Amino acid sequence: MIQLKDINKKYSVGNNTLHVLKGIDLHIKQGELVSIMGASGSGKSTLLNIIGILDNYDSGEYKLNETIMKNMSETKAAFYRNQYIGFVFQSFNLINFKNAVENVALPLYYQKVSRKKRNKLAMEYLERVGLKEWAEHTPNELSGGQKQRIAIARALIAKPKIILADEPTGALDSQTSFEVMDLLKEVNRSGITVIIVTHENDISAMTDRIIRLKDGVIINEAGS
Amino acid sequence: MFDLDKWQEIFSTIAKNRLRTFLTAFSVSWGIFMLIILLGAGNGLQNGVAQEFKGDALNSLWLEGGQTSIPYNGLKPGRDIRLTMDDFKEIKAMPGIQWLSSRFSRRGSQDLSYKKEHGSFAIIACLPDDQFLENTTIHEGRFINQIDVDEYRKVCAISTNVKKALFKDENPIGNYINASGIPYKVIGLFTDEAERDMNRIYIPLSTAQRAYNYADKTDVIWMVPRDKSLQASNRMLEEIKTMLALRHNFNMEDEKALEAYNNTEQFKRITDVMDGIRMFVWIIGIFTIIAGIVGVSNIMMIVVKERTKEIGIRKALGATPWSVVSMILMESVYVTAIAGYTGLVLGVGLLELAPQFIPESPFFKNPEVDFSTAINATIVLIIAGSLAGFFPSLNASRIKPIVALRDE
Repeated sequence: MIQLKDINKKYSVGNNTLHVLKGIDLHIKQGELVSIMGASGSGKSTLLNIIGILDNYDSGEYKLNETIMKNMSETKAAFYRNQYIGFVFQSFNLINFKNAVENVALPLYYQKVSRKKRNKLAMEYLERVGLKEWAEHTPNELSGGQKQRIAIARALIAKPKIILADEPTGALDSQTSFEVMDLLKEVNRSGITVIIVTHENDISAMTDRIIRLKDGVIINEAGS
Repeated sequence: MFDLDKWQEIFSTIAKNRLRTFLTAFSVSWGIFMLIILLGAGNGLQNGVAQEFKGDALNSLWLEGGQTSIPYNGLKPGRDIRLTMDDFKEIKAMPGIQWLSSRFSRRGSQDLSYKKEHGSFAIIACLPDDQFLENTTIHEGRFINQIDVDEYRKVCAISTNVKKALFKDENPIGNYINASGIPYKVIGLFTDEAERDMNRIYIPLSTAQRAYNYADKTDVIWMVPRDKSLQASNRMLEEIKTMLALRHNFNMEDEKALEAYNNTEQFKRITDVMDGIRMFVWIIGIFTIIAGIVGVSNIMMIVVKERTKEIGIRKALGATPWSVVSMILMESVYVTAIAGYTGLVLGVGLLELAPQFIPESPFFKNPEVDFSTAINATIVLIIAGSLAGFFPSLNASRIKPIVALRDE
C-alpha cells in the first residue's frame, strides 16, 4: 500500500539547511494500524505530510498503491488526496463558518457528489461517530473531542484507503483521547489503513505497529 | 461558471461571513455612489451654466447708441448717439453677416388686452432675423417676416406666456391684441429658452417706428457673423464701430458713445468654463475610482489572507488550485457586482430626488449622469476588484496545504 524507499527531505532555514528525513525506508500494508513516534523535531510530522502528499520530498521514491508520487502537479496531488487519503489533525482543522454536517460533506463536494446525496451521507457518518444531534452546530459550539470525531467523520466520508492522523489526541484529555482512539481502531477494523503520529506512549501502545523516529532516521520498529 | 453547486457553496460562504462581505460591498457601493454623485453634480453645474446662456444666439454682436464722453471735432461731450436705419443699411451692405436685425422696445412693460383680459408685457419691435438671433421656437403660425416690415403691418408674434394670460384656451392666431389703442393681429406663437424673453410680443420694426413716431431711429442693431471665430467677430465689430464713429462724428476711443458687445467673447469664456468643469469632474471621477480600486484591493488581500487556513483545509480534502482561485474570484465578482449595482442605483436615485429638495439656482440644473459612464465605472471597479483578488488567491492556492494549515 505505502512504500517509501530512501526518502530524504531537507528544509532550508535562512542560510542553514535542515536535513529532516535522512533516508527513510518504510513499507505499510493495507489494513495496518501503525503509529509513528518520536520527540519533537524528529521528522515524524514531515514523514506524515509526505505520505499524505501534502509535502514534497527531495530524493527517494514513494509509491502509494503502486503509483509513484513525485513532482506531481497540485491538481494531481489534490486528486490523489481526495481519492486515497483522509486526514485527521491535532488542531482539527474544521472550517469554522460551516456547521458539522457541511464540514463532513466537504470532501464529497470536491468529488462532485450532489449536495443532497453528500449531506445524506454526511449525516450517516455523523451518526457513526455519534454526533447526529450536533449536525447543525458550528465547530466553536463543540468540545475538542466532538470536533475530532467530526474531523474523523470527514476523513472517512470519501472512503479513503488510508487515514493519516497527526497527533489526533494532542489537544484532548486522556478520557477523550481513548474515545478517539477507539473510533480510529474501529475504522481500522473496517479495513482502512490508519497511521497515527504521536509522542504519547499510551496512544502508540494501542496500535499494532510502532515506528520510532529519531533525528530523521527510523531507529527501531516494533509490534506492540 | 454555471455550476449550481459551486454557487451554493459561494452563497453559503457569503451568508456566513457577513461582516467581510459587508465591508467589501460597502467600499464598492460607496465608491460607485460617490462617483455618480460627483459626475451628477458636475453635470448639474454644466447644465446650469449652459441654461444661463441658452436664450440667445451665443455668438452675436450687439450695438446700442450711447452718450459721448470725449469732446470730438469741436463737439461737446454728453451728446446722445442714436442709431438709424441708414446705419442699419450700411451694416447690411457689409459682407460676412449671417443674420442681422434691428430693434427697439418701448421702455418698461405695456398694457396689452384682449377682450376683458389684460396683461403687462414688453413690446419688442424687430426685424425677421430676430427669430434666429433670439433663438425662439415657433409653435404655431409664423414670426414677423419681411413683407410685414415692408408693408407696415400691425401684426405680432406672442409668447405662450402672453397667450395664457390673454387668450386662456382660445386660439390666438388671427385675433387682435390691443396695445394702448393700437390693435395688432396675432400671427404666431413662440417659446424661448430664456424666461425673460417669454414675457414679450414681437411686432415689425417699421410699424413701431411709424406708430410711436420713431421715424428712422432705432435702438439696437445686432447680428451674427458668418465666421464665428472670436478673431473674425472682433474684427467685424471694430469695422462697424469705425464706420459708425465716422457717421456719427464721435471719437473711436470713446467707449461710452456706443455700447458694443461681442457675445462671442463671453461665449468663449463660457465654453472655457464648461471645459474646465468637465475636466474637473473627470479628474475627481478618476481619483474616486482609484480610491475605490485601492479599497477593494485591500479588502480582497485581507480576505485571502484570512482564508489561508480554510484554503489549506480545502486543499487537504482534495480541492484543486483552480477550484480555490475560482471560488474566491466568483465570490468577489458577485459581491462587487451586486454592491456596484446597488451604489449605482442609490446614486442615480439620489440624483433623481435631489432637484426636489434643493432650491432652483441659476447655476445648477438637472444633475444627471451619463448611464454608460456609470456602468463602465462599475465594470472597471469589478474588474479591478477581481484582479486584486486574483493574484493573492492564486498565491494562496499555490501554498502547500501543510503551510496553510500551520497558519494559525
